Amino acid sequence: MKEKFLQIVSEALEKEIQNIQITDHFKEYEEWDSLAILSIMALIEENFGTTISRDNLNKCQTLEDLFKIVTTDNPQ
Amino acid sequence: MAFLKFGNIRIAGISACVPKKIERNDELTSLIAIEEIDKTIKSIGIKEKRIADVNTCASDLCFAAALRLLEDLDINRDSIDALIFLTQAPDYPVPATAPILQKRLGLPNSTACFDINLGCSGYIYGLATAFLFAGHENINRVLFLDGETFSKIVSKKDKVNAPLYGDAGTATLIEKGDSAEAFFSLFTDGAGQEAIIIKAGGARHPSSMSTLKETLREDGNIRSEHHLFMDGMDVFNFTIRVVPKNIQEILAYADRKLEEIDYVIFHQANKFMTDFFAKKLKIPSQKVPYCLDRFGNTSSASIPLTVVSELKDKIKTPTNVIFSGFGAGLSWGSSLLDLAGCLISKLVEYEPAEIHGSSRSLNE
Repeated sequence: MKEKFLQIVSEALEKEIQNIQITDHFKEYEEWDSLAILSIMALIEENFGTTISRDNLNKCQTLEDLFKIVTTDNPQ
Repeated sequence: MAFLKFGNIRIAGISACVPKKIERNDELTSLIAIEEIDKTIKSIGIKEKRIADVNTCASDLCFAAALRLLEDLDINRDSIDALIFLTQAPDYPVPATAPILQKRLGLPNSTACFDINLGCSGYIYGLATAFLFAGHENINRVLFLDGETFSKIVSKKDKVNAPLYGDAGTATLIEKGDSAEAFFSLFTDGAGQEAIIIKAGGARHPSSMSTLKETLREDGNIRSEHHLFMDGMDVFNFTIRVVPKNIQEILAYADRKLEEIDYVIFHQANKFMTDFFAKKLKIPSQKVPYCLDRFGNTSSASIPLTVVSELKDKIKTPTNVIFSGFGAGLSWGSSLLDLAGCLISKLVEYEPAEIHGSSRSLNE
């Protein structure tokens, strides 16, 4: 699941997967902009069947945080 | 539950009118850095849009569209029983604009005329209302005008919204007649009332010197309380949750399969979003016409505008379509119907009379 998640992040941000660590503070990525947000939301919905609310996204600092929210059964 | 179906009521014709003036997104360099512009244009898919001038209202665009449609269908004005005008940009707060259009179009006093105030879900709601009227024994013909001038309510200094919105006016004639069944579904979630909003100018926050002030916002954009605010993330979240599901709902209600549908026309919000829906529902791209690259997001007018711009010479018997609208409210809905026999007028381009120097304001 973690691999799948990192794959999604890589795709959404158009960033090489080797440059992505689960501990990264993703909001500090150069590639993190409004389009990246939409892409990641779309891919998360497609692959994990769940949507991320603005509040939950604001609470996340690292990819690990985001991964936890996405994989907990959390219907938004 | 607002699932509606109708027999033997058809759409006789659809027309659309856009301002002649084009605004290209790659010319917005004073607002947005050039590197960002290309990226934005590519993902939202909007290259240019049409902008109404200061003297042109949504009702003017709809009036021009209506004239074209009535001429193409050779309709006697006296045969129109109801006129519905749908917009979020009425001529005046009071009175409704529909009576003004009644006078301009020369419709009889026995025509029921009223406005509906809804956003990007509006075409579905307005069409359903027109069908409901046309279903009554005493009503044969309903003229449904749907037009928007969002360019007037978006701050020019708003990097998010300025590239998105264009203007258009459309006319749809609904009448009793031999036809396949038409299906509608209508939904609402008022919890999202602030996702797409203009706060001031209504009764809740009347206009004042302070509401008119343009201020710098958290998102880095400059606007006043009279300008449109849209929370892109919340709206996207909402649409990915409800729209694909709503398409499945209308198919189930009509007892049809996606394979039997010739075209799915989504409200033209942004290409990234509509591509997402098409991908999720596995709809082949040739079945998903779009025109937002040339006209932008024209709010409730976008669905009929897409029909006119993309399906003009493609109407066969049958032509099964799904319309899907979603937006401010939050409000959404869909319609499944057969456009066989529907006349699609040639797109009208509007230039105000003063420029033309004549009393005719239509430009062929």
